[in-house]
Amino acid sequence: MKKIVILGAGTGGTIMANELRKVLERDEWSITVVDKDPNHYYQPGFLFIPFGIYTKHDVVKPKASFIPAGVKFIINGIDRVEPDKNTVYLTNGQILEYDFLIVATGTHINPAETPGLLGREWRKSIFDFYTHEGAVALQNFLKTWEGGDMVINIAELPFKCPVAPLEFAFLADEFFVKKGIRDKVNIYYATPLSGAFTKPKSSKMLGELLQGKNIHIIPDFYLERVDDENKKIISYDGREVKFDLLTIIPVNMGADWVARSGMGDDMNYIATDKYTLRSEKWENVFVLGDASNIPTSKAGSVVHFASDVLFENLMAAIEGRPLIAKFDGHSNCYIETGFGKGSLIDFNYETEPLPGTYPLPGIGPFGLLKNTRINHYGKVMFRWIYWHLLLKGKELPLESQMTMAGKEL
Amino acid sequence: MAEKVYAGKAVSVTDDGYLTDPNQWTKEIAIEIAKEEGIELTDKHFAVIEFIREKTLKGEVLTIRTIGKSGMVDTKGFYELFPGAPLKKASRIAGIAKPSSCV
Ligand SMILES: Cc1cc2nc3c(=O)[nH]c(=O)nc-3n(C[C@H](O)[C@H](O)[C@H](O)COP(=O)(O)OP(=O)(O)OC[C@H]3O[C@@H](n4cnc5c(N)ncnc54)[C@H](O)[C@@H]3O)c2cc1C
Repeated sequence: MKKIVILGAGTGGTIMANELRKVLERDEWSITVVDKDPNHYYQPGFLFIPFGIYTKHDVVKPKASFIPAGVKFIINGIDRVEPDKNTVYLTNGQILEYDFLIVATGTHINPAETPGLLGREWRKSIFDFYTHEGAVALQNFLKTWEGGDMVINIAELPFKCPVAPLEFAFLADEFFVKKGIRDKVNIYYATPLSGAFTKPKSSKMLGELLQGKNIHIIPDFYLERVDDENKKIISYDGREVKFDLLTIIPVNMGADWVARSGMGDDMNYIATDKYTLRSEKWENVFVLGDASNIPTSKAGSVVHFASDVLFENLMAAIEGRPLIAKFDGHSNCYIETGFGKGSLIDFNYETEPLPGTYPLPGIGPFGLLKNTRINHYGKVMFRWIYWHLLLKGKELPLESQMTMAGKEL
Repeated sequence: MAEKVYAGKAVSVTDDGYLTDPNQWTKEIAIEIAKEEGIELTDKHFAVIEFIREKTLKGEVLTIRTIGKSGMVDTKGFYELFPGAPLKKASRIAGIAKPSSCV
């Protein structure tokens, strides 16, 4: 019996378990999935929790319901991997051997990396919305907050879902307007980027949206520490920004077992061939999603598109064929912009987000780099698609390769 | 894209002043670009620049944090060498592409 072990049963690990079980003979291949957490979180939904738009039931479901029959699901922590011995060690002492390993343990916030962040203001006036607990704590805080300086800060690059803090800013603006206290709230957006976003066209469009909503951008702000006594964030070049409420995207890092196994870089990301999605060092190790170091967004849509390529290349490796499927870095993100509207960006390794229509050239229905109502519905629909189609590896009517059709240069 | 003359040598640069071909880079060019950034290069600057060049040309993606953890220079020191936007300034002086954190 040959063995495939999948580490992580989040977006990517769950898709792969479903895809592989459909095609690999059960009497020839065993598939085992390991995850420390019995709950599957729809992470894009965390964004809506602080504003009371989504509840727990919208974003949390048992992982086991998405793992297909015929796949062994172990709920346990991963202690380390010895890739030269094809062996995984779990925290309970269990040992798993593999012929092929798929790593999909994602990336997570690490507030301890920033001095002062976990001090006395943590979850009192400082919140994250990248965890379920953080988002719920912030929701409770916002229920009674009467206004002041709200600072949104990104501590480090890269971080997952690079549009999420912008969306948070837009939704916060709407929330305070509807509550009737927008005139009592100053919103600041302190980012290590030089503008709202990275690439020129999208940065301009999103920057103008921020401006239009009176959200002040503080660019090139690279966080050194939090002064929790005086409620200030301080950058390496000595700039200080005062806050009454700080919403932060703490430093994101890959899983700690990667560090213990010596398989990653300083941020615990695994060196991965950006086209084949195979580890650069170990021929029988593939890396899917946020856990890899490929130069594209750490986002669920990327995981989805990449899973097609990884599947083909893994099957090729199993059958001893060359790995010919090539990932192009395709990413596709809906951006909530507040008041029932949204925008959409579609790009890959080579092409920056451009204006146009998606997925049908000239028709849409979605507008790229435009601010429309239908884009907002795209985001709303995505939650249903995620739970019902995407995780189960069902065919979606979207190409994994990015296309230039429908884009305006 | 545009042509620019640094240290008597014509090189092509992007709209925001980054060399388009890292192979055209020389130490003399670095000194002149640094002047435009208001920086007088010392040996310490050069050590950091060469480190960034070597890693980047090998295909690694650097961040301020990874440089700060590299043992070459700590983050505070990196800011002191290249005030304001250290990775952007250092990359420009090192003749490599503008750091585009991945989105
Ligand atoms: C607020 C927010 C908004 C977002 N919005 C969007 C969006 O609009 N669109 C979009 O495309 N993406 C969005 N994303 C990003 C998206 O959710 C992730 O990119 C995607 O889920 C990554 O999938 P993955 O399989 O790589 O990792 P994950 O789905 O994060 O799964 C990793 C799994 O590994 C497990 N694990 C980690 N370490 C260990 C260990 N040591 N032992 C055992 N198990 C371990 C974890 O428990 C987890 O289940 C958003 C994310 C956040 C936080």
